[in-house]
Amino acid sequence: MEMMRRERIDRGIKVRTEGIYAISSIREVLYLLGPRLILIVGMISLPFILELAPYWKRVVNIMCVYSLIALSFDFLANYVGLVCLGGAFFVGIGGYIAAIFNVYLSFPIYVSIPLATICGAIFCTLMLLPCLPLRGVYFAIVTLMYPLFFTRVIEALNILGGTNGITGLSSFPNQYVEEYTIIIVTLLFLFGMRRFVTQDIGLVLRGVKDNDQAVRASGISIAYMKSLAVFIASVMGCFAGAYIAHLYMWSGISLFALDFSIIPIASVVIGGGGTLVGAIIGSVILVPLSEILRAFGTFRIVIYCIILTLVIVFKSEGLMIYLQRKYHQFERWVKV
Amino acid sequence: MGEGMSGDIPILSTKGISKSFGGLQALIDVSFEVYRGEVFGIIGPNGSGKTTLINCITGFIKIDSGTVYFKEKNITGWKAHKIAHEGIARTFQIMRPYYSLPAYKNLIIPLWSPRARKIGGWRGGGKHGDRDTVAVDILEEIGFERDSKVPYKIASTLPTGYQKRLELARCIAVRPEIIFCDEVFSGLSMSEIAGMLPLIEKMKSDGITLIMIEHRLRELFRVADRVMALNFGEKIAEGEPFVVIEDKRVKEAYLGTEEV
Repeated sequence: MEMMRRERIDRGIKVRTEGIYAISSIREVLYLLGPRLILIVGMISLPFILELAPYWKRVVNIMCVYSLIALSFDFLANYVGLVCLGGAFFVGIGGYIAAIFNVYLSFPIYVSIPLATICGAIFCTLMLLPCLPLRGVYFAIVTLMYPLFFTRVIEALNILGGTNGITGLSSFPNQYVEEYTIIIVTLLFLFGMRRFVTQDIGLVLRGVKDNDQAVRASGISIAYMKSLAVFIASVMGCFAGAYIAHLYMWSGISLFALDFSIIPIASVVIGGGGTLVGAIIGSVILVPLSEILRAFGTFRIVIYCIILTLVIVFKSEGLMIYLQRKYHQFERWVKV
Repeated sequence: MGEGMSGDIPILSTKGISKSFGGLQALIDVSFEVYRGEVFGIIGPNGSGKTTLINCITGFIKIDSGTVYFKEKNITGWKAHKIAHEGIARTFQIMRPYYSLPAYKNLIIPLWSPRARKIGGWRGGGKHGDRDTVAVDILEEIGFERDSKVPYKIASTLPTGYQKRLELARCIAVRPEIIFCDEVFSGLSMSEIAGMLPLIEKMKSDGITLIMIEHRLRELFRVADRVMALNFGEKIAEGEPFVVIEDKRVKEAYLGTEEV
C-alpha cells in the first residue's frame, strides 16, 4: 500500500508579499490588507449593523472589554511567560479607581478613565512586584488570589461602598461615544501590541519567556522587564475596568468576579494563543455565544463547557492559527 | 604569559570563596587571580565545584563568604545583571537559546542590553534595522555563513555545534571584558571543536579574557595560558597547563588514589 502524507506549501502570493515589492500590485496589497481590513471595518461597523438591536450593542461593548482583557492575558502568557489569572484584579482596580475619581473627587469622565487606567496600572504593577520572581503556576495562583483578597477586604471593612459598591458614576455623553471609545481603543491596543512584540524590546520580553537566565547574563534586569510587561498588561485591564464601571455607572465587588479572569483565558484558547488577534476572535465568538445561551438558564454553562472541550480536543491550536495556515498555505497529498 | 604578568593588577580576583548547599561544601576557600588577555582554564573531575564557582562569581548564586574583585572593584553579592553590565559574560553548560526566535534575533537581546547600547553607540535610538545587521555580522564572525539560511533558522532547530556558537555569540554581543565558558567543547565532534578553537584564539586576540571550564583537557591545553584544578570544592593546583596535569594531587583527583 502506498503511504501518503500531507504536505503544506506556502502560497505563491504569500511569498511574493514578504518583501517591499508587495506594494507593486493591487492584488498583493489586498492579500496583505484584506484580513486586517475585515477586522477593522467589521468592528467599526458593528454599531451600525446592530442599530435596531440596542441590547446587542451592549453585548458588543462587553465583547470588546473581554477582548482587551484577553489581549493582556495573551501578551503576558505567550510573550513574557507570566501566566496571569488576574484579569479580574485589573478590571476591579481600574473600575474602583475610576469610581473614586469620578464620584468622590468628581472628575469628569474623560479625565477619570485615562487617569484610572494609568493609576490602576501603576497600582497593579506595584501589587504584583513581589510575585514577579515567581514562575509558572505559582505566579498564576497569586494573581488569582488578589481579586478574592480585595473582594473580602471591601466586604469586611465596608469601605468604598461595601457590598453595594459605588453608584452614580457619570455615563458616556451618548451611545456612539460609548461604543466607539471601546472599539477604537481595542483596535489600537491590538495593532499596537502586534507592533510592540516585534520590536527589539518585545524580543527581549520573549527572551525572558524562553530563557530568563540568559537575559540576566546579558546584563538586563528581568525584574524590570517583567514589571514593564505587567504594567502594559494592566494598562489594558484597567482601561477595561474603568470603562465598564462608567458603562454600568456603578463599581462594585462583582468587578472582581472570576468571569473576568476565566472567560478571557477561554477566548485565548479558542482564538489561538500567541497571535494576539486570536484573543479578539475568541471574545467575538464566546461573549455573544454566552448571551445566546442565556435562554437555557443555568444550563448554558454546560453547553459552554462542551463547546470549549470540543475546541480544545479537536482544534487545540486555536482558530486563528488554523485560519492563518489556511490563508498562507495550501495542502496536497504526496507519496512518502 | 601569566607568570610574566603577575606584577600587574589582575582583572578578576577572588579571595576565599566558600559556598555550601545544606551539608555539602561545594566550594572551600577558593582564591585565584586572572590577568587581562589570558585564557584561564578551570579543570577538575565531575562535582568538583567548577560550575558553582562560575555561578558564584557571576552572581547567579550567593556566596557564603569570600570576595570577588573585578578591576579592583568589589562586586561580591551584586545582582547577576549588574555584574554582566560591568563586563562579565558567561555561557551556560546546558545550552538554551531563545528557542522560539531565529538565530540572529537571539542576538537582539544582548545587543539591546544597556551595556551593548552604551558601548556600541546605539544609545538614543538606533534604527530597527541596525541591530539586525550587527547581529548577522557577529554571527558571521562566529562561523554562521551569512549567505546560507543558518542565521535565519529558528534557534531550536540548529545543530549542537551552532547552538554552542550561538551561546558564544550571545556573550560577544554584550561586548564583555571577561567571558566565562562553561564547557563549550562538550558534546561537540572533533571537527566541530577544530572549528571552535580559532574562535577562541580570535576572542583572545580581541583582548577578551577567557575563563574556560573544560573536561576536554587536550583541546583546553592548546589554548590555555594557565589552569587551575579543583577537587571537592578545593583548589589543588594552579599554573602552566602541563605542570598542573603532572601534579600528584591532580592525578589523584582524576584517577583516584591507590589504597595501600
